[in-house]
Amino acid sequence: MKKIFSAFLFLLLTLALAVPGLAKSKIIRIGFNIPLTGEIPKVGESSKYAAEMLKADINGKGGLQVGSEKYLLEFIYEDNESKAESAVAVAQKLIDRNKVLAIIGPNSSKQAVPAGEIADMNQTPMISPWSTNPDTTKDRPWVFRAAFLDPFQGPVAVDFAMEQFKAHKAAVLYALANDYSKGLAEIFKNDWEKKNGKGSVVAFESYGDKDQDFSAQLTTIIAAKPDFIFLPNNYNEVALIVKQAHDLGWKGPFMGSDAWGSAELMTLCGKDCIGQYFSTHYAAAGATGATKEFIDRYQAKYGYVPDDVAALTWDATRLVLQAIQDAGKLTGNVRKDRKAIRDAMANIKSFAGITGNMKFDDQGDPIKCAVVVRINDKGEFVFTKSVCP
Amino acid sequence: MLQTFVQNILNALQWGSFYSLIALGYTLVYGVLLLINFAHGDVVMVGAYIAFFIASLLLGHYSFFPHALPGGVALVLTIILTMILTAAVGVSLERIAYRPLRRKGAHRLYVVITALMCGLILENGNLALLGASRKKFPEMVDKVVYNLGPISVTNLKIAVILAALLVFILLQFIVTRTKIGMAMRAISYDKFAVPLMGIPIDTVIVFTFILGSSMAGLAGILFALSYPILDPYMGLSIGWKAFIAAVVGGIGDIRGAFAGGFILGFVEIMVVAFFPSSYRDLFSFTILLLILTIRPTGLFGVPKTTKI
Repeated sequence: MKKIFSAFLFLLLTLALAVPGLAKSKIIRIGFNIPLTGEIPKVGESSKYAAEMLKADINGKGGLQVGSEKYLLEFIYEDNESKAESAVAVAQKLIDRNKVLAIIGPNSSKQAVPAGEIADMNQTPMISPWSTNPDTTKDRPWVFRAAFLDPFQGPVAVDFAMEQFKAHKAAVLYALANDYSKGLAEIFKNDWEKKNGKGSVVAFESYGDKDQDFSAQLTTIIAAKPDFIFLPNNYNEVALIVKQAHDLGWKGPFMGSDAWGSAELMTLCGKDCIGQYFSTHYAAAGATGATKEFIDRYQAKYGYVPDDVAALTWDATRLVLQAIQDAGKLTGNVRKDRKAIRDAMANIKSFAGITGNMKFDDQGDPIKCAVVVRINDKGEFVFTKSVCP
Repeated sequence: MLQTFVQNILNALQWGSFYSLIALGYTLVYGVLLLINFAHGDVVMVGAYIAFFIASLLLGHYSFFPHALPGGVALVLTIILTMILTAAVGVSLERIAYRPLRRKGAHRLYVVITALMCGLILENGNLALLGASRKKFPEMVDKVVYNLGPISVTNLKIAVILAALLVFILLQFIVTRTKIGMAMRAISYDKFAVPLMGIPIDTVIVFTFILGSSMAGLAGILFALSYPILDPYMGLSIGWKAFIAAVVGGIGDIRGAFAGGFILGFVEIMVVAFFPSSYRDLFSFTILLLILTIRPTGLFGVPKTTKI
């Protein structure tokens, strides 16, 4: 009796192992390392929604055509809590446990820089939709991105502020513990002082993680009498900073960076943010062609205008799928397939995305245009200027 | 320079008021039970969320109650209701988590760990119930910016500072001048002899939690009005810093908590004002460490000898 029982158990076990094994050959698994909770949950939500829309499109047509076979897509969304250490753990888990072929994300440079190290070490292709800090992809052949870089974005902000505000003196308030904010603030400062002379950044102040009161820094900034304040910060902090600056009597303009561009900025910031400018990846109001089609479908499905993260995730995911198709065929051996996808990705020379046309350089970074938008009275981000490298 | 300095004094008064209000809650509970209620920062967070829902309701943001009250009336009602409900949260914590342990005679260490866990439960419960996206606290009163030359003050800033002062005076009065205050001090002195004198120890402890938590509720509303973006972890760092403020002032002493809160507020703001802002926490906590090295019991604390 015991023997029969164990034989039965053995049979069950082999079946249980074999069945997913059979199914696996027809599935492409891609991991998403995104912030669904923590500091910037809206960013994770936008990423997830955009990816879900793309997945529904492709699976609805029977799957992705790779060579002669069709593969269904399986997206695994893991929450990195917008923390650097969790992003590393999530990357590790997606690579080892879920055996994904490629990773999309993390979005913010704070998480993308350390997670990129893990992906590169474990030879898994990773593409960050939103990270703009150069270190994310620098000397990492397995890491790519869909966004422009801060060394490009910084001068865009400098030139725009000099032209629009006729400014000569700038002030900067940045987040010390955020790679993105700190990196961009320093690039901005160097470029501004190169163009306006030494000491023309009259105040260069910082704050810590989870800070809610910025009154001391803002008092110092206002006392230095700058022509405008540059805020390379996440949208949730922007809402508090702009409001407190107005409380302290500041009436001048603000200039922001792409981290402002969340769909949640206006719900949090309200009328204080109206009339401010920031540089970003695309302008939703007044878009045309494929971009407009994406915006309309997203809005119809989820009820709000997609922010730049949604659009960039769409582009980043399509880049990965393109690379998988370019690879020609999948062997089922995860290591070999990852290598083939990476090589195919590195070979993509240009790509027509909904955030603009991109060309890739040897670091895996796209060369693409930035736009500057203005927040109008309705809280929409209106196209003001496009700057191309 | 002078104007900047005056402006920073005002900033420090506002920021210190929050530390003071929260530190008072820590110190009340510690003074009576010798328990560090680490969930207190999160009770402030809960207070802010309660205030958010009541304010949205009274301002007619929900469809099932479409009667918008005028801002001033709504604000007064919000303050009262939030203080009551937050007090209820504090008392439930005491009933569910702390009292059973006290009954079983558990060591104080375990109660402190329980308090830490209660805080985590409040944070993550909120995260699970309401999701990770932030809430924007509605603007209940029109903001007025008073400009005295180059110095700007808002009506809210003045209200916050006044509230901290009033709460301090009220608590100081209750603890030192009333009968129940005397009972509170007596329990702190010897909690085994006090019940023998016919003092209902549980009632006094519940009263302490009502006082502390309703002040946390008030701090929550004022905080939400001043920094109108709510998230489940908003009480964490300010709660811990307020605890440090209470220790620096001499934990267990109302005057100590009040003074400690303002000291921490001043140190944080002034370090940013006169040094590079990236050194803020390094400098401010070094200063607090120095204060504690010179006076280990805090500014108003008295050294206690434990028997046995």
